[in-house]
Amino acid sequence: MEKMKQLFKKNNKNQALSFLLVIVMYVAIEALLKTGNLKSLYTSMLVPVCCYCIVALALNLVVGVSGELSLGHAGFMSIGAFTGVIVSGYLSNFIGSQMVCFAIAVVCGAIMAAIFGFVISIPVLKLEGDYLAIVTLAFGQIIKTLVNNIYLGYDQAGFHFSFVKNTIELQSGGKMFISGPVGATGTTITSNFTAGVIMILITLIIIYNFMNSRQGRAVMAARDDKIAAQSVGLDIVKTKTMVFVLSAALAGAAGVLYGLNFSTLVPSKFDFNTSILVLVYVVLGGLGNMFGTLISTIVLVMLPQLLRALNDYRMLIYAVLLIVIMIATNNKTIRDMITGVFNRKKAEGEGE
Amino acid sequence: MSKEYILKTENLGIDFGGLTAVNNLNLKIEKNQIYGLIGPNGAGKTTVFNLLTKVYEPTRGKVIIDGQSTEKMDLVAVNKLGIARTFQNIRLFKELSVLDNVKVGLHNQKEYSLVSAIFRLPKFGSAEKEIESEAMELLDVLGLKEFADFKAKNLPYGKQRKLEIARALATHPKILLLDEPAAGMNPAETAELLDTVKFIRDHFQIAILLIEHDMKFVMGLCEKITVLNFGEVLAYGDPDDIKNNPEVIAAYLGSDE
Ligand SMILES: Nc1ncnc2c1ncn2[C@@H]1O[C@H](COP(=O)(O)OP(=O)(O)OP(=O)(O)O)[C@@H](O)[C@H]1O
Ligand SMILES: [Mg+2]
Repeated sequence: MEKMKQLFKKNNKNQALSFLLVIVMYVAIEALLKTGNLKSLYTSMLVPVCCYCIVALALNLVVGVSGELSLGHAGFMSIGAFTGVIVSGYLSNFIGSQMVCFAIAVVCGAIMAAIFGFVISIPVLKLEGDYLAIVTLAFGQIIKTLVNNIYLGYDQAGFHFSFVKNTIELQSGGKMFISGPVGATGTTITSNFTAGVIMILITLIIIYNFMNSRQGRAVMAARDDKIAAQSVGLDIVKTKTMVFVLSAALAGAAGVLYGLNFSTLVPSKFDFNTSILVLVYVVLGGLGNMFGTLISTIVLVMLPQLLRALNDYRMLIYAVLLIVIMIATNNKTIRDMITGVFNRKKAEGEGE
Repeated sequence: MSKEYILKTENLGIDFGGLTAVNNLNLKIEKNQIYGLIGPNGAGKTTVFNLLTKVYEPTRGKVIIDGQSTEKMDLVAVNKLGIARTFQNIRLFKELSVLDNVKVGLHNQKEYSLVSAIFRLPKFGSAEKEIESEAMELLDVLGLKEFADFKAKNLPYGKQRKLEIARALATHPKILLLDEPAAGMNPAETAELLDTVKFIRDHFQIAILLIEHDMKFVMGLCEKITVLNFGEVLAYGDPDDIKNNPEVIAAYLGSDE
C-alpha cells in the first residue's frame, strides 16, 4: 500500500497519465483504422500529430525544465527531416528493410540536430539573459535559408552537391534528394503511425528519466535559483547545454518522422511560425508538465482540421479558441473547478 | 606556533562605487571552530559571506580556504574547495521538493553519467539509493524528515532556513557559513537550533562561521567573535571580551537594534 502511494506521487502521476494517454489513444485509433471508421482527413494527421508531440515535449524540456527560451526548434526539425530524407534515400540502395532504414535515419537526424544544438549553445548559454531566444530565432531563419539553397543528388558516381544554383547533372538512375526551394521530392514514405507512437513513448521515457536524475534536478535547481545552484557546486553552463542538446536531438528525431511521412517536403515548412506554434503548445500545456503538453498538442494540432467546415473563418475561430483556452487555464476559479472535479473523482476512488 | 586555519582572509576588502563596504578584514578560523561575525545592520557581514563564496570578487586582499587561495576561482570552484553557505534572503529551489533540494546539494558527491540516467543502468540505481539515504539522514539531523515530500516553497519560514543548512551540508563542506540562521524563529526554536548547530559541528567535524543578531545565540555558541562596524573590524575576542567591550556596546546602542 505504501508502495502504491509512492508510485502515485505527483511526479509519478503525471508520468503514468502520459503513458496511459498515448497507449489508450493508440489502441483506440488502431481500432478505428482497422474498422475503417477514421476519415482519411484525420488519418493523414496521425503522423504529424506524433511529430508535434515529440517536438513539444522536447521544447518543454528547454522552456519548462531549464527555464530558457528557444524560438528556433523548427530549425532542428528541419535539420532532422532533411538529414533523414538523405540518409534513408541513400540507405535504401543497400538495405532492403524499410524499418531498418527508418531507424537509422532517425538516429542520424537526431545526431545531426544535436551537433547543431551543441554548436549554437556554446557561445550563448555562457551569457546572462535571454540571448538563447535571440540566437535560436536567428538560427531557425538561417537553417531555412540554407536548406532553401541546397541541391543534393546521388547516382552511381556518388553524391553531387551544389549551392544556390542547381548545377547537378545526374546519370540515369540517379536521384535528387534536395532541390533548393522545392525541397525533397520523391521520398519513399517509411514513417507510419506505429513508429510515431513508439517514438513518443521513447521520448517520454528519456524525458522522465532525465527529470528524475541528478542531472535533471540540477537543471531545475539552476532554473529556480542560479546563485544558490552555483553555491552548491553546480556547473550551470554544462547542465543547461546538456538539456538543450538533448532537446535538439529529440526535435531532430521528430523531424525525421515528419520528413519521411511525405513524398515532397519544402524547407519553408519549418519556419518561424512552426517554432512559435510548438511554443504555444508548450505554454498551454504547462511549463514542465509533459502530460499537459501532450494534451494541448493533440488538441491544437487537430483543431484547425476540425474547424475545416468553417472555411474562411477557420483561423479566426482558432485564434479565438486559443485565447479562450489561455484565459480558462490561467484563471484561478476555473482551474480550481477543474481540479475540484478531479479531486472528487479521486476521493470517490479511494472510497472503494 | 603555526595553527591550522581552515579559513583565512588577508586584508580583504570591497568597494561598491564610492562605498567601502568591507575593509582590511583579517579573519582566522580554525578547524572545528564555531566563529561569530556580528555587527549592526549594514555593517558588511553579508558582504563578507559574498566575498568568501565569490558571489562578489574582492577589490582588495585574499581569501585562503584550507591553505588554498581562491583568487581566480568562481562560486562553483570555492564550493568544491570546501565552503558552503546559507542565505539571509532564503534562496531555495522553490519548485523542487524538500528532499530534492538536499539531493541537489549531493550533486558532486555521488555521480553517475547522463547515459546511466537515461538508460537506468545499474550505476544509476545504486547511486540514487545512496543519494536518497544520505539526503534523508541530513533532513533527519535538521528535523525535516517528515517534510521530505513538501515543495520547498510551502515550508514555513523557519524550516526553510533549516533546509538551506541541510542543502549546504550535503556538499560536504569543511566550513559552513550561516547568515542569520535564527532570524524569524521563536525562543524555543532558537534554543533548538543552537543544539543543532553544535551537533553539526561535532558530528561532521567542520568549522562554522555564523552571522546572527540574537546575542544569546551568539554568546552561547561561538568560541571566537569578530565585530564589524561600517565595514571595519571593531573588536575581536571570545564572548566575554566582546560582551564587556564598551566600543561594541556603543556601536549597538548607536544603531536601531
Ligand atoms: N551589491 C551591492 N551594491 C552596492 N552596495 C551594496 C551591495 N551589497 C551590499 N551593499 C552595501 O554594503 C553595505 C553592507 O551591506 P551588508 O548586506 O553586507 O550588511 P549586513 O551587515 O549584512 O547587514 P544586515 O544585518 O542588515 O544584514 C550596505 O551599506 C549595503 O547597502
Ligand atoms: Mg546581512
